[in-house]
Amino acid sequence: MEADLRSFLAENFLLGEEFRGLPGSASLIEAGIIDSTGVLELVGFLEETYDIEITDSELVPENLDSIDNVVRFVGAKRNSGHPT
Amino acid sequence: MTTVPREPAEPLTLAVLDIDCELVSAQIVDGLRRVVGRDLRRRGAVVGLSGGIDSSVTAALCARAFGPTRSLAVLMPEADSDETTLGLSRAVAEALGIEALHQDITPILEAVGCYERRNEAVRELIPDLTDDWKWKIVLPSVVGTDSYRLYLLVAEAPDGSTVEVRLPAKNYLTIVAATNFKQRVRKMLEYYHADRLNYAVVGTPNRVEYDQGFFVKGGDGAADLKPIAHLYKTQVYRLAEYLGLPRAVVEQQPTTDTYSLAQSQEEFYFSLPYEKFDLCLYGHNQGLPVEVVAAGVGLSVEDVGRVFRDIEQKRRATRYLHLPPFLLEPVPEISGSDVRYDGS
Repeated sequence: MEADLRSFLAENFLLGEEFRGLPGSASLIEAGIIDSTGVLELVGFLEETYDIEITDSELVPENLDSIDNVVRFVGAKRNSGHPT
Repeated sequence: MTTVPREPAEPLTLAVLDIDCELVSAQIVDGLRRVVGRDLRRRGAVVGLSGGIDSSVTAALCARAFGPTRSLAVLMPEADSDETTLGLSRAVAEALGIEALHQDITPILEAVGCYERRNEAVRELIPDLTDDWKWKIVLPSVVGTDSYRLYLLVAEAPDGSTVEVRLPAKNYLTIVAATNFKQRVRKMLEYYHADRLNYAVVGTPNRVEYDQGFFVKGGDGAADLKPIAHLYKTQVYRLAEYLGLPRAVVEQQPTTDTYSLAQSQEEFYFSLPYEKFDLCLYGHNQGLPVEVVAAGVGLSVEDVGRVFRDIEQKRRATRYLHLPPFLLEPVPEISGSDVRYDGS
């Protein structure tokens, strides 16, 4: 999933430029990778690609502001067993 | 900046934004004359006048700088404008004694598909929505939560019931892009009149709007000069009082006047009433501790921290709105702030 996520971020926010060297723990907003519209696009990508529904209460940096956080959050959502 | 200096231990109140209105208006009038006459070599000013506080104050300053006969107000309401908009702007023009040209821009917006493109993006989310519904876009408040704030579409049916939907990126961007026709059409008409009369187009953003990128590039963001862009909204209201603008203008709350359902600037963009946002922006700009700002604004320390972060985030997100076109190679024979070579 991390490779897919890095590919999505590179294609959508860096126009396909190389997307290496960013630690998985780095804040995507602080690093200037995504802005508020980017969060909107990221949420849409995650919901569509991984067939999950992200609720308002889940729209927090702990779930979405770094590659590590996104991978952990989406993994937990998919493994939760709850229908989405 | 002309704010009154404050001691660090002083409690933060709106008094820090007190200005000498006579002095500030005289400085702006001098600046308008200098820039328009000497730098731009134009003979007067065109202002798009909405009847809001910023455009009204700007028009009043232009009337002082160039006289009523060399100041033109263009009144450009459209189908979604509040029914009071035209009356307010006419009242301002009359009070200032300046010529006011009225052009309803609805037919132009219909011709470019503004409403159709926008409504199509809305109906993808609310299929039942018909022309008699009213709707707006709302940004949840930054106060009280660290959640990311995603724009919501709020629609009101004729029976008063409301529907609220989170906006997917595609629909959000389409709605904003289509709506931006409004500001761009207005600016096109302002420049038509400016060209016709050999006048300059005078923009109307206050400091908060300019700083936070609350404008449309090539729309209300376009102008030959922006004479009140250094003034906090509170200060613009003070100037409005000083300049003797009609009470109805001075007493109204800031709105976007862009969507069919009434929408404050607070719920669309700033999250806070303008007085509180002014103080937060001032405190942040002055490097004041969040505790001092929190005590002055009446928010928690955590919330002021969120507002500060949001201010910085909006500065980053809207930076491109301020940038002139980049050149890929230098053209050294041409100088000016609107052309540059970024060789870094």
